Amino acid sequence: MQTNLTINGTPQRLELDPRTTLLDALRHHLGLTGSKKGCDHGQCGACTVMVNGRRINACLTLACMHDGDEVTTIEGIGQPDNLSPLQQAFVSEDGFQCGYCTPGQICSATAMLEEVRNGWPSHVTDDLDGGADLTTEEISERMSGNLCRCSAYPNIVEAIRKAAGENA
Amino acid sequence: MSVSKPLPHDSGHLHVQGTARYVDDIPSPQGTLHLAFGLSQIAHGRIAEIDLQPVRDAPGVVAVLEAGDLPHSNDVSPSVHDEPLLSGHSVHYVGQPVFLVVATSHLAARKAARMARIDYQPRDAILTIEEALDADARFEEGPRIWEKGDAEEAIDTAPHHVEGRIEMGGQEHFYLEGQAAMAWPQEGGDMLVMSSTQHPTEIQHKVAEAIGRPMHAVRVETRRMGGGFGGKESQGNALAVSCAVAARLTGKPCKMRYDRDDDMIITGKRHDFRIDYRAGFDSDGLLTGVDFIHYTRCGWAQDLSLPVADRAMLHSDNAYHLPAARIESHRLRTNTQSATAFRGFGGPQGMVGIERVMDHVAHELGLDPVLVRQRNFYAPASVLAQPASDVPKDNSPENNAEPPEAGVDLTSRGAVAASSQDAAVPNAGGAQTTPYGQPVEDFILHEMTESLMQSSDYAARRAKAAEWNAQNPILKRGIAMTPVKFGISFTLTHLNQAGALVHVYQDGSVHLNHGGTEMGQGLFLKVAQVAAARFGLPLEAVKITATDTAKVPNTSATAASSGSDLNGMAVKTACDEIAGRIAAHLAKLHQLPADAVTFAEGRVHVGEESYTFEEAAKLAYEARISLSATGFYKTPKVQWDRIKGQGRPFFYFAYGAAVSEVVIDTLTGEYRILRADILHDCGASLNPAIDIGQIEGGYVQGAGWLTTEELVWDDDGRLRTHAPSTYKIPAIGDVPEVFNVALWDGANREDTIYRSKAVGEPPFMLGISVLMALSDAVAACGTGYPALDAPATPERVLAAVQRVRDGV
Repeated sequence: MQTNLTINGTPQRLELDPRTTLLDALRHHLGLTGSKKGCDHGQCGACTVMVNGRRINACLTLACMHDGDEVTTIEGIGQPDNLSPLQQAFVSEDGFQCGYCTPGQICSATAMLEEVRNGWPSHVTDDLDGGADLTTEEISERMSGNLCRCSAYPNIVEAIRKAAGENA
Repeated sequence: MSVSKPLPHDSGHLHVQGTARYVDDIPSPQGTLHLAFGLSQIAHGRIAEIDLQPVRDAPGVVAVLEAGDLPHSNDVSPSVHDEPLLSGHSVHYVGQPVFLVVATSHLAARKAARMARIDYQPRDAILTIEEALDADARFEEGPRIWEKGDAEEAIDTAPHHVEGRIEMGGQEHFYLEGQAAMAWPQEGGDMLVMSSTQHPTEIQHKVAEAIGRPMHAVRVETRRMGGGFGGKESQGNALAVSCAVAARLTGKPCKMRYDRDDDMIITGKRHDFRIDYRAGFDSDGLLTGVDFIHYTRCGWAQDLSLPVADRAMLHSDNAYHLPAARIESHRLRTNTQSATAFRGFGGPQGMVGIERVMDHVAHELGLDPVLVRQRNFYAPASVLAQPASDVPKDNSPENNAEPPEAGVDLTSRGAVAASSQDAAVPNAGGAQTTPYGQPVEDFILHEMTESLMQSSDYAARRAKAAEWNAQNPILKRGIAMTPVKFGISFTLTHLNQAGALVHVYQDGSVHLNHGGTEMGQGLFLKVAQVAAARFGLPLEAVKITATDTAKVPNTSATAASSGSDLNGMAVKTACDEIAGRIAAHLAKLHQLPADAVTFAEGRVHVGEESYTFEEAAKLAYEARISLSATGFYKTPKVQWDRIKGQGRPFFYFAYGAAVSEVVIDTLTGEYRILRADILHDCGASLNPAIDIGQIEGGYVQGAGWLTTEELVWDDDGRLRTHAPSTYKIPAIGDVPEVFNVALWDGANREDTIYRSKAVGEPPFMLGISVLMALSDAVAACGTGYPALDAPATPERVLAAVQRVRDGV
């Protein structure tokens, strides 16, 4: 069936089997291989992309469910000579080892910082109405859906904190 | 100079943009076919009847292969040819590949693979240690036994004793990038293979055998892996071989990647162990003798199990001088996945055994476990003479007249069974020796532990935890320090070699290649730092390139933490060869001695004159001087007789120590790691940022192995934890709330690359401190000894709390 998606600002018209996941549409049909297939179960977060600004596991959703939606993948977050603050911070803080989870971490963190800016509380936020400080606990809770088997976690937290500080 | 600096990862810019390519990201040529295995559904038995017609009829299927359809070798074993690519009529575990589907898409191949109709005649499956012992199902003829002195006598005559048992589970690698390979047929029957592997040479060897061509017809390339951890040392063979065979058959490029569940069901994991122990000691906790019996489930095929079990035995002492020791190791054959290499390669399991003994001894005597550990440490290096020069008698394998067994992949650690050397080790400085006779000449844990005790404020925190425990009936705290002494070198001596290929182009840029593979550990960066330093160039002048069997042949696996030790030295040799040629030429031009030429800050200085590196390269080119060189390195001093358990298997030891503090909830068994303090020895670090990353990651992965990562097989031998939904690796919130990591400031005593030390595996074992801290917290609940097994899941912690309260 035909599905219209706007991917990183570019309209795309795709002819897809309705059972095609958004992740497979990106990787196999559009050649956008930045989003990774880690577990295909929505458990590892390596496939995280943003749909209409909200983070989502691309392996757990069908492409046809997003007809008309705006999808942002890692390829749409920055340009080689103009990296986003998060991308720069992941480079400077070594927020990775093997790098396989990194696109998902950055997509997830990009949307997560927006959630914080919008005052969304998390499970560990004390004041549900008062916004949240980006403590290690808050960052960990909000990034708990993105696994890193190399456990570069301390540097990931540092990178997010750094990028958030620069944006604040 | 580029070494010793905390430079960021070379692929960082690519990682953050999603443009770093892994095998599954390489654009496939049009017409690429995709592969999937049909898997055995039973743990042991015969296939009475197999009907693959429905598979062949499924949409998109191009070919279906069974064992009998393979044109040449049906073998993907890294050791003794006991692991067929496709099973034939006998199946040995749930998940064993039975047939191979070649189809037009990944999905079509996987769907078709499920349509086979197979009638099995099940046989009794051997799943547990007891079943394997009852059936005498084992690798090698019997248990391997190494002895130092008379352990039985030493234990029996000691004033105090402990004995017990600890079980520890295996561990799934869960490399975030699953296994993947692609093969492109080339002209004349040659094959190009892209593989996510730690061992390109073994892939080359196995593919060559499978397509009936010499190794020169197969080229294997590996740019990077999305994590390896040992799981890609031998477990990628099946995919690469399948791709090559299918590509040969169809003439089309073929690609295979395991879905996560298949990956977990098919591939081997860390060996689970049971260790029975008995120890004798005096009233200060000083050991007089220890007896260990190791039982390990190796799974259905031998793979690398012998050297893994050997390395467990080799780390039965960890940091402690054992006056008398007996270590017996049973390598048991079970109808489960063939257990394989995993970071530490048996070392962690052996080390957990002796750390349990230390913990048990301290509990028995009511002493602080740190004190007991320190008292049993090897004598410090500072009291010894300088290292002896090279071993006088050369027993190295190149002097072995025995021809190796035909067809054995000599570059595999699995070739260990085919090799044994006579090994007598000189001990000039009078150092204390390990149970296998190696003098411990570089022991620095006394100083390191003392420093860590101070920086972590151990004594005060231990007192505070005791106070807390006296006041809080529900939550209990525990704190523990464990040290690491990890032997560095492949125990199969001949693997301790490496090659490199370096080109300098006429514009002064440098092309770097070596036999090591990049899996996130930062090897490529470290080695490039070495190359840049040798030429006095900035790092950007050095191009890091994919590992390629056509550039550097006969490489060992990137394993045993040896990557930068071996490849760094080989690259240094190659760079120095080229730099030496340039220097000789420029010196001649200026009528100066060659040592008047230096390479620094992008320039080549000749006496008072100076050229840019580019100018120097051009001058050399015009003078018809070769600007390309190979480099080679072999580790000195190592020699090892694995049958007797005697020799010097390790060039040196890497050290570390960790203090972990935990809190447990005695109502639920749940716990958190509150704080970890680590001091780790990387020698003179090549890159402190990379090394600290390895230490943090190793610690967390080690803690994961011993706490949350639980593999569960049911009574039919089916792995029930085959996805991240049920198999729990550490998440970001599992990192200790306070996490202090520092590098020990000191050069390697041995002559390694810039006096650095290997760092890949040793920090993994720092995670043992978490298990011991949990044991300490549980011990606060009563008078009994916790005897906590691993993984110490909340269920096990809760059960242990109950036992301790009951005073068992």
